[in-house]
Amino acid sequence: MMSAILKNRERFLALVIVVLVLAVGFITPDFLSFTSLVGTFNDTSILMILAMGQMLVILTRCIDLSVAANVALTGMAVGMINAAFPGVPIPLLMLFALVMGAVLGAINGFFVWIVGVPAIVVTLGTMSIYRGSVFLLSDGAWVNAHQMSESFIDLPRQVVLGLPMMSWIAIAIVALLFFASRHWRSGRDFFTAGGDPTAAFYTGVNVGKVQFKAFVVSGTLAGLCGYLWVSRFAVAYVDVANGFELQVVAACVIGGISIMGGIGTVIGCALGALFLGVINNALPVIGVSPFWQMAISGAVIIIAVIANSSAERREGRIILRSAVTARGAQKVEAA
Amino acid sequence: MITNSAVLSLRDVSKVFPGVKALDNVKLDLYPGEVTALVGENGAGKSTLVKTLTGIYQPDGGELYWKGEPVDISDPEVALQLGITAIHQETVLFGELSVTENIFAGNYLTRGPLRRLDWPAMHQRSREILADIDAPLDPKAQLKGLSIGQKHMVAIARALSVDAQVVILDEPTAALSHHEIEELYGIVERLKKSGKAILFISHKFDEIFTIADRYVVYRDGNFVGEGLISNVNEAELVEMMVARSVSETFPKQTVSIGEPVMTVSNLNHPTEFADINFEVRAGEILGFYGLVGSGRTEIMQALYGLSKAATGDVRIDGKTTQIRSPADAIADGLVYVPEERQQQGAILDLPIFQNISLPQLSKLNPKGVLNEQREYELARAYGERLKVKTSSWDQKVANLSGGNQQKVVIGKWLATQPKVIILDEPTKGIDIGSKAAVHRFMSELVEDGLAVIMVSSELPEVLGMADRIMVMHEGLMVREFSREDATAEAVVAAATGGLAA
Repeated sequence: MMSAILKNRERFLALVIVVLVLAVGFITPDFLSFTSLVGTFNDTSILMILAMGQMLVILTRCIDLSVAANVALTGMAVGMINAAFPGVPIPLLMLFALVMGAVLGAINGFFVWIVGVPAIVVTLGTMSIYRGSVFLLSDGAWVNAHQMSESFIDLPRQVVLGLPMMSWIAIAIVALLFFASRHWRSGRDFFTAGGDPTAAFYTGVNVGKVQFKAFVVSGTLAGLCGYLWVSRFAVAYVDVANGFELQVVAACVIGGISIMGGIGTVIGCALGALFLGVINNALPVIGVSPFWQMAISGAVIIIAVIANSSAERREGRIILRSAVTARGAQKVEAA
Repeated sequence: MITNSAVLSLRDVSKVFPGVKALDNVKLDLYPGEVTALVGENGAGKSTLVKTLTGIYQPDGGELYWKGEPVDISDPEVALQLGITAIHQETVLFGELSVTENIFAGNYLTRGPLRRLDWPAMHQRSREILADIDAPLDPKAQLKGLSIGQKHMVAIARALSVDAQVVILDEPTAALSHHEIEELYGIVERLKKSGKAILFISHKFDEIFTIADRYVVYRDGNFVGEGLISNVNEAELVEMMVARSVSETFPKQTVSIGEPVMTVSNLNHPTEFADINFEVRAGEILGFYGLVGSGRTEIMQALYGLSKAATGDVRIDGKTTQIRSPADAIADGLVYVPEERQQQGAILDLPIFQNISLPQLSKLNPKGVLNEQREYELARAYGERLKVKTSSWDQKVANLSGGNQQKVVIGKWLATQPKVIILDEPTKGIDIGSKAAVHRFMSELVEDGLAVIMVSSELPEVLGMADRIMVMHEGLMVREFSREDATAEAVVAAATGGLAA
């Protein structure tokens, strides 16, 4: 049974999420109300968007620890602009957040691709630099709700077809990545570059450039989340999203993205984020203490890593003819 | 200078690696509709040349011409766009991806203004190409589930999916069975007829004389000669390759063969090999010959405790041993010198003496405090015995030549005073001088009463050095030859599945 589950990470995760939601709903029926479910999804949107960017980075055998600091820095920047110039239209502000996030991501990508520094070192450094820059930019001051314009705060909350705008943004990004990962060369490059960098190089894929792109996408999405975070919580300060990068990485790992690169799916990653979101939202509802939540999240991460590693276990060369025929029918889903 | 009809030409091309001049002012011409065989020993620069032609390496000097025009193949994508495609010696493919994607990666078929990947068309095309080369694989199957021969067919399909003008085959038959080799000949014939220029790299003279129109010989990175195949015979080619007489001398000594030291019975593995039985005696060199991926290395790794799934009975000196880890194997007197020296054999950034003392640090330093003096003496004893060329035993192994690195690795294992030593491709990728030294050394080992198991893909080496030869095919032991009975033809036929065992 275990192996069947491992082969179907998406279905398994979806099942666990449904069971979890129903179980919590059994104890506290209010949790199953439409408003509550939408709220849970909406609370997960930022995590899901950041996990999409992180997924691309991890697929290429890197890691981006600076995402949360990027969120804080761009969030502070747009918050301060909005406070100082309330007349700047929100779409323009969002564009600014995207570009600024992209630039911060490109800095990571530059050091990984051109300078050749390991991603964990680069992003550990930029994580501190970006976080410190929030302080330098704001002088430690907060941007509070009353300083922000109404439209700045309202946009993610606007309800369209029953869902808040922020949820729609997350859904749109997941859909875009889902499409790209199957139907665009630029999407497939993340899988080839991370799956086997040597083979990718031989086929004409520039692995460093693909890693650079992954960091730019991750940074861009972090920039977007910078705006979403500050507007949703209507406050910008130095410690926004502090430590959130670990949740983002955890969502990817739970979603079946291999830390060794090259393996994973967009849907799996989105479900990984949703799973963490449900845990974070559902457990307080049934009165589980926050410390238990942390322990449960941690245990789930370890279980997910074990599941990933057994799914990735190196196959032998499969020399015997009998062994070939026995396994002949294996298929891959992606293509 | 350059013939008009050559599609791709190299002039004075050099490529230097630290310590080695892999290519030294070589030339090459490839003509449409003709097969050019590139001949040379290991270390002649053939694989470096392939990597230069496909944009993986950049030459340090010289010019490349594409249809008479100077060209700079700055990366693999440029090579692909020019129309140069290669089947590399080692298959470089993506285990996690589908057969189809392995064939089209980097060169996907797209449709529509969005340049959407056209998976149905690619699956269809894969199916056609695979059917064409008689390899009916499921295009949607995951690559890592395929056998090594099947993977090779995928690599060939990949090269054929490109509308190339130059097709490079780098030892394409190394992992193929008899039947698959016949298929490959057919493919080469067809490519030739459609006007492609083909560069064919092979060790096997029968293949060269079967399909090549021209030959080019390299030796130690130098251009030696070229011409039409019809104007040359095998002896002349060999002489150009090695610049010495055909009867390559192997320093094989007659050693009286003693009692069995290691007996292996009923060794099995679920996917890699089955029903392995053999013994090796003191003073004996037992050769394991087979195609790349016939299961030789897997057996040795199982004996050495690296493969958990294997089952069987192994006796060393009559005692049944439970080898679960390399530490167990070393304790029982079995050592393994792996094929991938750089990855598995030596710790390149450590000095020579620390490499040699590594397997017995606790024996040398019983109190747990390192005694560099003792480590140093051990290293000197074995380093000098093996004639490692170095200015000091403090040198990093990384700074030594390939041959000397190999000596350090062998020295490290000899220092543990084993009873059985397994040498996996002991002379792969080292120069001719070092090769002879390794062979001499193997003779000395058996004189000292050691049992040696030698895994090798080089037929002359196996025929020249082994007392007995075990031939593997697709994970099974198909035949055993004594030194007297072994002829090149019979051994190759057994290894390619041409003969029923």
